[in-house]
Amino acid sequence: MSGLLSGLVPLETGGFEAPGVHSFDVPPLFESVPWFDKYMLQAIVSVILILAFWLIMARKNAMVPSKSQYIGETAYFFVRNTIARDMIGHDFRKYLPLLIALFSFVLINNLWGVFPLTLLPTPAHVGWPYGLALLVWVIYNGVGISKHGFFGYLKSTSLPSGVPAFMWPLIIPLEFVSNIIVRPITLSLRLFANMFAGHLLVLVFVLGGEYLLLHSASIINKTAGVVSLIVSMAIFGLEIFVQSLQAFIFTVLTAQYISSAAAEEH
Amino acid sequence: MTPLELTGSLGIVGYGLAAIGPGIGVGLIFGSVIQGTARQPEARGAMMGTAWIGFAVTEALAIIGIALAFVFGG
Repeated sequence: MSGLLSGLVPLETGGFEAPGVHSFDVPPLFESVPWFDKYMLQAIVSVILILAFWLIMARKNAMVPSKSQYIGETAYFFVRNTIARDMIGHDFRKYLPLLIALFSFVLINNLWGVFPLTLLPTPAHVGWPYGLALLVWVIYNGVGISKHGFFGYLKSTSLPSGVPAFMWPLIIPLEFVSNIIVRPITLSLRLFANMFAGHLLVLVFVLGGEYLLLHSASIINKTAGVVSLIVSMAIFGLEIFVQSLQAFIFTVLTAQYISSAAAEEH
Repeated sequence: MTPLELTGSLGIVGYGLAAIGPGIGVGLIFGSVIQGTARQPEARGAMMGTAWIGFAVTEALAIIGIALAFVFGG
């Protein structure tokens, strides 16, 4: 049985090192600077790219837009109308710079996962989503506290209006844990888990296909390797979709949290 | 002798099971939004706001699941 299986499952008979958590441990670029790794480089380059993009887009505004201005305006209006105005409402202008910066940063850093020179999404390292979610957590709590005062915010965030008094012991801890503790954790882990799993999927298809094609003698395995490599292109397409969607969801939820923290009591 | 011996972490299987519920839940949420939008297109903005909150809460279960899969799998 084991002989039959070793023919069927060539990846498990040694030689092939399956991708796993260790695939995300990248060495630092310079030995002397341990914190400066590929993730850090990608994040810095993305900040420079985003700054350049929005500065160039904002510099020359004509009444009749050129092609490049049209691209910039489309990106701007997407965040402004679909995310900020729909989620926050009439008071959305204050938070628009934050949302645009968050959306561009998350989107570009996700797309590093399919960019041929990098092939590693920055949020696949859990520290980056943690930092982003911490920023969002500070901001939406700050918005709520500055709007309602500290105790007013605690009351409005942990006690929805219209709850009968005998339900309070159940509702108040639930809402508090959900709104203050679970929100930032899920916000960061959602981004992280999607990028992590997507990158792992790509690695399995590409590395597995490469191993089947080049390190296996049987013609069936070579065919399977070619198919796997072709399918990996479709996986890359799926990844582009997932990465854009996650950037969108991250920004939408940020807007939603800000909006619910700043909401008036009904 | 076991005919097919699987090695590895059982936590991943547990995560697969744990992802069924949130999967159904997220499907129900956005299915209802699509239905609601088809019936009353101008209410889409209000519905999407609630839907994103519901989606986040529902998907939190799957996210807690993947975190626990790593916690108990290691």
